[in-house]
Amino acid sequence: MAAFVLYLRLFQYGFRRHSTYLAAALAGAFTNTVFGVLRAYVLIALWEARPGLAGYTLAEAVTFCFLTQAFIGPMQVFGRGLSFGDRIRSGDIAFDLVRPAPLLAWSLAEDLGRAAYLTLARSLPPTIIGAALFTMVAPVSPWFPLSFALGVVVSFGWRYLVTLTSCWTTDDRGIHTLSALLTMFFSGMVLPLGLFPGWLRTVAEALPFAAMVQVPADVWLGAEPPLQALGFQLLWAVALMGLGALLTVAARRKVVVQGG
Amino acid sequence: MGSYLLLAWTWARASAQYRTSFAVSIVSSFAINALDAVAIGIVFLHVTTLGGFSLREVMFLYGTGGVAFAVADTLFGNIERLSQHIKAGTFDTMLIRPVSPFVQMAADGFGAHRIGRLAQAVIVLSLALPVVPWSRAWMVPLMILTGVVIFTAVFTLGAALQFLLVDAPEIANAFTYGGVTLTQYPLSVYGDQLVRAVTFIVPLAFVNWQPALYVLDRPDPLGLPAWFRFAAPLAALLLAGCAALAWRAGIRRYRSTGS
Amino acid sequence: MIETISLGRDFKVRGTLVPAVRDLSFRVGAGEFVGCLGPNGAGKSTTIKMLTGILTPTHGRALVAGLDPTRQRKALARRIGVVFGQRTTLWWDLPLRDSFELVRLLYKVDRNRFRQRLAELTEVLELAPFLRTPVRQLSLGQRMRGDITAALLHDPEVLVLDEPTIGLDVVAKAEVRSFLARLNAERGTTVLLTTHDLGDIERLCRRVLLIDHGRLAFDGSVAELRALVPGQESIEDVVAHLYLSSTPAAPRTPRRTPDADPPTVTA
Repeated sequence: MAAFVLYLRLFQYGFRRHSTYLAAALAGAFTNTVFGVLRAYVLIALWEARPGLAGYTLAEAVTFCFLTQAFIGPMQVFGRGLSFGDRIRSGDIAFDLVRPAPLLAWSLAEDLGRAAYLTLARSLPPTIIGAALFTMVAPVSPWFPLSFALGVVVSFGWRYLVTLTSCWTTDDRGIHTLSALLTMFFSGMVLPLGLFPGWLRTVAEALPFAAMVQVPADVWLGAEPPLQALGFQLLWAVALMGLGALLTVAARRKVVVQGG
Repeated sequence: MGSYLLLAWTWARASAQYRTSFAVSIVSSFAINALDAVAIGIVFLHVTTLGGFSLREVMFLYGTGGVAFAVADTLFGNIERLSQHIKAGTFDTMLIRPVSPFVQMAADGFGAHRIGRLAQAVIVLSLALPVVPWSRAWMVPLMILTGVVIFTAVFTLGAALQFLLVDAPEIANAFTYGGVTLTQYPLSVYGDQLVRAVTFIVPLAFVNWQPALYVLDRPDPLGLPAWFRFAAPLAALLLAGCAALAWRAGIRRYRSTGS
Repeated sequence: MIETISLGRDFKVRGTLVPAVRDLSFRVGAGEFVGCLGPNGAGKSTTIKMLTGILTPTHGRALVAGLDPTRQRKALARRIGVVFGQRTTLWWDLPLRDSFELVRLLYKVDRNRFRQRLAELTEVLELAPFLRTPVRQLSLGQRMRGDITAALLHDPEVLVLDEPTIGLDVVAKAEVRSFLARLNAERGTTVLLTTHDLGDIERLCRRVLLIDHGRLAFDGSVAELRALVPGQESIEDVVAHLYLSSTPAAPRTPRRTPDADPPTVTA
């Protein structure tokens, strides 16, 4: 019970900390919407030339486009690390690692709070404005909210790993850029994965990045059986969190026992 | 101008001292920006023309817009950090120096790593050059130059906006990065209203679209007058004038923060 | 050297204009050493920022070294030095020496002149041990000496300091004070500083300006300031008494209703 209260507080803290940046979030939502409009027109030109491409109708392709923009905030598609990255650089992470509450659970609660806030401030505007400007399809599956939440968890699991690697490297910019590249390209953010050629498509659809954008969008569109989609997301969520727990143990050994 | 070069040089020297992160930065900026080019490649796996333009022609648009943007970004893109400087109080410091804060901000932390973005745009442009007929090739350097002026003006307007919206600097991204994304594709794919807006309000259509209609010898889908194809320098000057006025107004209205 | 005529600055706060400084008129002659006192939020920093060209006044005008700080900002920058105690004008990640080199480029100081001036300041302020250290690793005292050096490399006629001794330990404070006193005595540099430290005022300033609620509440010598509140032993108690006695009941009122102004102490 006490643990539940702690994580609820952390969730609220994450939510509230981001809500102080409302103006920034709305500016981000505006930029996401502008990009949504630009990309939507490119997809419209493509789908008008090739109707039914990747199994989507024109309206579905446009919907997909605005959903990817709406996911940028909550899923952190540009691959930005978690807030404790700064604490690794300053060495304060040692205090976090010896706390009785595990760092993984601790930061997950906080990150879910952040995602919840950004869903309101950065996901709703592009979706609503997109629907007002273009023909979009409404979500067909009641499973979408769950799939969306699982997408956030997978995104968290990935970013947790990326952030923790800073314990072993002095310059972490390379790894962060690599993360941004992989996430943007293989999540479906740049183009729907269904447009990728043969083997690239197979690889992309198996990676965890697909679970962040492509899969939740497909659940919204009803393009994939929901249980299969959720199973795929759950698998990656469990795998990444498991890896995260292992890496935390290694980080504690490195930072606390060896003293950095 | 002299101050800019001296400052930029001093910064570039300082940043090159950290060799590994310097290399990582160049590669990163190259790869991230190349994603858009890869996307165009994937689109053309499914079609032979987009908005009536072939792959090479789209690459020409992407390359010209991309090079112009990369040059503007390398030289002056740093001014998008105005809101950070205001919040950290470093903008105050720039105002007590005998050099324009615009120049100081543009040169601040100048690093050669930004050539990563330029490199990928130059590669795409050089691959596209075979579509340019010799007799019209003179327009290419001119359109890149005017493009640099237009994007620099857009960066400046975006920064001037941050004097008002200190807490929402991301708003500028919609115009700067949104601007270069727009110019990557032929404007014929976008809606008429949008094309009119970027012709008459924020004249991004003059970065590469209008001059490219001349270079590639295409009719204007909106039927705008033929002299528009040569009006890019005029549009660039008008926008630059607006940007300069907005910047000055911003400095006058500036309210320093903290003590 | 410094002159203000009914200088004022309003800020728009949630739609209403709130004056931070109003109707401020004073004159500082060449070679004077003037301290500026006032409670937090009284308008000291706003005044300094208007005198140095950072903020544009909304009322009245200022002349510093014969120049209008807003219209002739860049020309003025060459003739004044500015130090902020709360933040640095140096570059965080660069070694101190490289920061000075950037300052030299910005002010277009002749190379030989720069070397000579830096050598002098390095000796007096004992900078040699940390010239190669990045600014972020300097102690507050070292950083302040670095900031003062940066402000003096172009040999300004006027030095303006906003809380230069804030956060410094006793030794560092003493060093900064003796340096400023020497600068003023030997080179004749006009100095205007703001402070909360009355030690600065007692040891350095021949003249005190007290700013309260954006207005000039007192202008005179330290002795005259003491005489304002008879029966108080220490200068701290005198100033505390002045700050308290001028606190208005209501929040600051807009400029257009002068009758609602708080009572102020005048010399």
